[in-house]
Amino acid sequence: MESVLGRYRNLIVLVGVLFIQVLGLAVQVRRSTDTDSSRLIRVWAVTAISPFEKVLVWVQTSTGNLWHNYFYLRGVRAENRELKQQIEQMRIEQVRMSQDADQARRLQALLAFKEQFISQTKAAQVIGSSGSEQSRSIYIDKGENAGIKPDMAVITADGVVGKVLHVYRSTSLVLLINDQSSGVGAILEKSRLQGILRGTASGEIGMEKVMSDEQVAAGEVVLTSGGDRIFPKGLPLGRVTRVAPGSDLFLNIEVKPAANLSKLEEVLVVTKIDERQATPDQTGPVRAADILAERLPTVPPKPPDAGAGGSPTTVEAPGTGTAPRPVQAKPKSAAPTPGVAGSLPVASKPTPSPTGDNVTEKPAAGSATVKASPKTEKPVEAPTPPPAQDSPQ
Amino acid sequence: MAITYTSGEQVEVYRFGIPATILIPLAAVFLQAWLPLRLHFFSIFDLPLLVTISFAMARRSQMAGLFTGALIGLFQDALTSQPIGLYGISKTVVGFGASSLGIKLDVENAGARLLLTLVFYVVHQVVYFTVARGMVGLQKGWTWQHELGSALANAFLGVILYALLDRLKQRT
Repeated sequence: MESVLGRYRNLIVLVGVLFIQVLGLAVQVRRSTDTDSSRLIRVWAVTAISPFEKVLVWVQTSTGNLWHNYFYLRGVRAENRELKQQIEQMRIEQVRMSQDADQARRLQALLAFKEQFISQTKAAQVIGSSGSEQSRSIYIDKGENAGIKPDMAVITADGVVGKVLHVYRSTSLVLLINDQSSGVGAILEKSRLQGILRGTASGEIGMEKVMSDEQVAAGEVVLTSGGDRIFPKGLPLGRVTRVAPGSDLFLNIEVKPAANLSKLEEVLVVTKIDERQATPDQTGPVRAADILAERLPTVPPKPPDAGAGGSPTTVEAPGTGTAPRPVQAKPKSAAPTPGVAGSLPVASKPTPSPTGDNVTEKPAAGSATVKASPKTEKPVEAPTPPPAQDSPQ
Repeated sequence: MAITYTSGEQVEVYRFGIPATILIPLAAVFLQAWLPLRLHFFSIFDLPLLVTISFAMARRSQMAGLFTGALIGLFQDALTSQPIGLYGISKTVVGFGASSLGIKLDVENAGARLLLTLVFYVVHQVVYFTVARGMVGLQKGWTWQHELGSALANAFLGVILYALLDRLKQRT
């Protein structure tokens, strides 16, 4: 007997070690909701690895910052100019969209809808990954100390990244949306079809549970549906790249993730989501005209002899007792509309011009007179025809 | 000098110093976790597996091989989002197998190392997928093309890595 045991000693030990591990796996699978069964081993492993990762990331970031902030300044001026133009365009777009949003809020209030808002986020740096193709997950440098909790959504400016799976003292493990065990409630932006976004073996993502008789077009944007109670509704998940008939009456929809999951450096952890009923904005939509009105002096009623667009507008200086003096308002931005340049668009409804800018249409009721801002209490005579590119300041 | 005789052929047994025994697997797991963030393609490699094979083949001890594999695998498991034990079981089998073959074959030349790493990578993946699907119920996709490509890439990297690790091993 002893000779048999001695002869097969190594094999017996192998079977024993394998048996113990299989037993451990079985316990974990059985307690799938209990993460504490293997927590100690995970904490040890993460504690051993994460300090090195943090140091390495810190060195890399510092070196990168030094390069970008001091040495690599070529083209910054041109980029700055482009960004300023983009900001102008986006401001105009924002004014237009705020009106739509306000209208939507009013309708939602009528229907007693409840909306989810991201009210608090925590920025975190990606310091490591699981290092396995079978488990697509990343480590971030924020943990319990920063108020991170399991099942919090992780996003970037581009879209959804994943959710927090395990939280340690100063790090957290984030399960990416392209992991095979991941699932996100999804909705198609235009067709409003709902499904589940899942990761595939090859690290791509696909939308499941969309019936094959539905029409889904390539290029359609996929958003979070909010049904999973983890991700707030309306966050971009990706874009449909391919649609094919699948098995079991469902479509095979391939989706390209909105966030670049292979090059993540900084992410935002959604630490607080507010759910509240939409209320219509009491102050009304913010119009370009209103913004201008805050910056310009009071406009008295037009004198009978005042001309149409292009003529100077009189401005009353409150409290000074001086006679009104003409002032010419400058156009907000680069809109090549001569009629606007001469008139004061404060009391007019802005409508988007073909160039994307706001153009005065007609005076709005009740807004013929606007109060002067504190900065412009004195009567000012504006210079004659201003350049079209000037801002109204 | 401890020498194992197999089929009349003299096979030398090596060992690694304690710092190398601890730091090399740690470095392998660390690099495996960190490099894919910068070099995305690196996730097809399995550095901990290569270290397991290298240690097992050099030591030529089945006990040492299986325990090395088990510990490295469990450590790797602990960093993933999956249940702990999947890599542990796979690397235990590979560690035992590599050390068993190390006793019987000459694993000092690059050709044999390339072939062995290729075979052991496939064995590792087969065990992993079997346990993941059969026991844990994970829906893992298997494509031969991808697995063989990864096996070949790992085999080539393994040959280079073994040559580097050869410098750290000491004759017993």
